[in-house]
Amino acid sequence: MTTTPVVRALGDLAHGSAHPATTACSCPPPQVLADRNDGTVVRSGPVVAKAHAADSDTRALMARLSLAASPPLAGILLPPLPAPDVPPAGAGDRTVSLWPYGRPVDPSDPDAAPWEEAAVLLARLHRTPPPRPLPPMRGPVKAARAVARMCRAVPGGPCTAPVLAAWRGLPGWARAENPVPPHRDGYLCHGDLHLGQLVRHPAPQGPWLLIDMDDAGLGDPAWDLARPAAWYAAGLLPPGIWLRFLDAYRAAGGPAVRADGDPWPELDVVARALTVQTAALALAKSAAEERSPDEVEQLMIDACVRIASLPPELVSEPPS
Amino acid sequence: MIQCPKCHAQMHTYNRNGVQIEQCSGCRGIFLDYGELESLTRLESQWAQQAPPAPPAPQAYPAAPAPAWGAPHQGGHYGGHHRQKSFGRMLFSS
Repeated sequence: MTTTPVVRALGDLAHGSAHPATTACSCPPPQVLADRNDGTVVRSGPVVAKAHAADSDTRALMARLSLAASPPLAGILLPPLPAPDVPPAGAGDRTVSLWPYGRPVDPSDPDAAPWEEAAVLLARLHRTPPPRPLPPMRGPVKAARAVARMCRAVPGGPCTAPVLAAWRGLPGWARAENPVPPHRDGYLCHGDLHLGQLVRHPAPQGPWLLIDMDDAGLGDPAWDLARPAAWYAAGLLPPGIWLRFLDAYRAAGGPAVRADGDPWPELDVVARALTVQTAALALAKSAAEERSPDEVEQLMIDACVRIASLPPELVSEPPS
Repeated sequence: MIQCPKCHAQMHTYNRNGVQIEQCSGCRGIFLDYGELESLTRLESQWAQQAPPAPPAPQAYPAAPAPAWGAPHQGGHYGGHHRQKSFGRMLFSS
């Protein structure tokens, strides 16, 4: 396997933090958990080292990372280990952080995923008064970036038309062009919830906690429910799982949706935004891999076709 | 009493929803006067408008509210090994 300087540097850092250098060592080689533009993550035994995105706004990132160490968020967010005294040279100017290892959700068994636990953690996060100053949650920015990436990867492709039409139908705040409406803004949000953002700590049987606050900040808490909502609306997530997730969020007093009845007035815009984001990334990735979208990706694109053909009176919040 | 123009049997007059029609007692053929076909067509379209809506498609789970753009026939998509694998990947990525 080829390694990059940053992967080697993170592996060395994690291993160096796992036990004193004087202790005899039988550690397995460091394991790359993720290596993408938006984060490189390497594990050595009980320690995980992360190099954050190269294009991060450092001040905003530090504010977001400090959330994880904040006492009111204990039991909701995985707390960090002390940051390295000296940033590893191999990481360039990327910010590096250290974390205890937590056991992730089993990707081969999505039905066994901790949907209720995720919902309760989100409800508790959203109910926590946010420390200030805190930058905006990056959900809308990430959606806009996904659309831009699609346009670069498939310039003028006819397959992008319904995705772009669905995107243009969103209000400006959901496209990162306008501020979030005041009545929906100001909540502490995760900003990028999916099942890879939950771990059990201490591993393997500790309580579930949220990880990766790189996109966290102030915003509309419905954004954190939008991915499961979009999967459900596209026909991918069975209604039973969706209702378990939604009911657990409501039972825990989550503020993103009304307490009873139809939650879609609050979810419609954000779920459309995540549908567009997911379809845009699917088209960008499938084009890069010179393949057609797979069956699941196609269902998200099909959902964009339906969104794009909606009569205006069925859209809960018109474009702005 | 009129005779059927086809089989020459006797035709009887019936009233159907206010429209007089003549039906042959032999071949069961029907004779319509001027305007009667239009009257029947009009009655048919009124009946179609008043008909109750078709029952909703059966659901795999008690109905959960969904958006106007939601996938049709919620409940039909979840099987299949390939889809499970692909869906699993999607659940774990940004």
